[in-house]
Amino acid sequence: MNSFFEIIRAGINTTFQDEGRNNLYHIGIPFSGAMDKRNYLLSNSLLGNKINKPVIEFAYQGPLIKYRGEKISFVITGDVIFKIIKKEKEIQGNCYENYIIEDGDQIDVISTNKSVYGYLAINGEFNLKFQWGSCSVNTKANIGSNNGKKLGDNQKLDILNINSNQVKKKLNYINTRIERIRVIKGTNFNYFSDEGKKIFFNKEFTVSKLSDRMGMRLEGQKIENIVDTNIRSEGLIKGVIQVPADGNPIIMLSDHGTIGGYPKIGVVISSDYDKLVQLSPGSKIKFQEIELSDAETLFKLYEMETQNLISQLK
Amino acid sequence: MIKNISNLGDAALYCDFGTEVNKETNSKVIKYFRSVKKKEIQGIINLTPSYNKLIISFDLKKTHFKEIKKKIENLDVNDSISEFPKKIEIPICCTDDFSLDIKRLEEKLSLKREKIYENFFNKEYFCYMTGFIAGMPFLGDLDKSLRANRLETPRVKVPKGSVGLTEQFANVYTFESPGGWNIIGNTPKEIFDSSKTENPNLVSPGDIVIFKQISFENYKNYNE
Repeated sequence: MNSFFEIIRAGINTTFQDEGRNNLYHIGIPFSGAMDKRNYLLSNSLLGNKINKPVIEFAYQGPLIKYRGEKISFVITGDVIFKIIKKEKEIQGNCYENYIIEDGDQIDVISTNKSVYGYLAINGEFNLKFQWGSCSVNTKANIGSNNGKKLGDNQKLDILNINSNQVKKKLNYINTRIERIRVIKGTNFNYFSDEGKKIFFNKEFTVSKLSDRMGMRLEGQKIENIVDTNIRSEGLIKGVIQVPADGNPIIMLSDHGTIGGYPKIGVVISSDYDKLVQLSPGSKIKFQEIELSDAETLFKLYEMETQNLISQLK
Repeated sequence: MIKNISNLGDAALYCDFGTEVNKETNSKVIKYFRSVKKKEIQGIINLTPSYNKLIISFDLKKTHFKEIKKKIENLDVNDSISEFPKKIEIPICCTDDFSLDIKRLEEKLSLKREKIYENFFNKEYFCYMTGFIAGMPFLGDLDKSLRANRLETPRVKVPKGSVGLTEQFANVYTFESPGGWNIIGNTPKEIFDSSKTENPNLVSPGDIVIFKQISFENYKNYNE
């Protein structure tokens, strides 16, 4: 019996993602991969999958899927409202808890709750073509599985190698939100006026609607540049905060252009990245300065916490 | 050769080769880039060479700033360069439909169209870096008479294959993308081929590019 997902409604920005791809910045290809790494890793762990298997990432509104085939387990991670529609009943779904569905059942991923990204993993394999060792879809460059495109309505996704060993797993985990994003000063920090620096570290910014997997735009008091609003184009990494001439910061996210020519006022530390990407438009944030050594310690703690959650599921 | 190494955030090294942007500085960047790449240093996950900088990103789970900095400082860059620059010809068609900003350039540069083409074609350009979008080469240096600023308002969509000029550089839009460079023509040649796993980029940093003007007839019938 063939098993597959029938995508009845694809949702707003539904793509295949995994850990992303390395070693291609020099030819202009960003890292990509799941935006919120912890929730991605947890989705696979909750099914006993290999940790780096491709999953479906969705933003805001997720997909409505009809399942065809033999019994399969799936799980949803993040802060997501969803339901499972069976012949005779509807079940309100809980994140971090795996469910078995069978032929004809539907999964309706209604929306993310005060957050942006959620993940749907299965204990089988989507039949995908990898590009440079990764399925991760970058819709701007059309790179990755599904011809580098988001999922579309009425698409069919074949599923192979369903693991019949389906163990019920559950995790008590709450996604905490942060309003303070910790930042290491950027290489052009001194391009900005004293007043501009104060605004950056003391005032509130609002996440703009013009945010996507490439970047998060912020609105707030303008940050004044007193040296030059352009620099010689140079490499970027995820988390870099650029301030163009209009004085509004832009944070580089996982699908960012690999080279940029705007001054870098700061870089978001690695341990805060997963929480940063979950800030939806309208959210208020403040930046807090931190030293490199503290950022390194915080990352170790964050990693340890993730590993503890994963080992609870083994 | 590196003037200064600092940290860019907690997971990258920012190597500064000096403020001058010329072939000499950039050749040093490229030399370092190739050497670091060849050494396959544990924990390094990405390298981004540009005009005068090299950014080295690493996996914070496996290493940290001080450790990578030390390795880069002690790197022997002289033993590993044996690559010769490739010379690549890129054909360009400049009919009105393709030469989107030729009128603007005529005005800004106070040069006639024919003179612009004459000063642009059949010269050797050096590839400083590739990126921004996949495979886009940044080539220089343009003749002094051809140097213009970016468009005041960038285009939302620059067609695939467009060849643009800005300041001392030329580039090629490897696929449709937003952009603000002055477009003078379009190439039928694939500059980035994502189906090639090994070398998707036609042009790499350090290579030489020569632009050749072709007719619309040749553009239409172009066959690689």
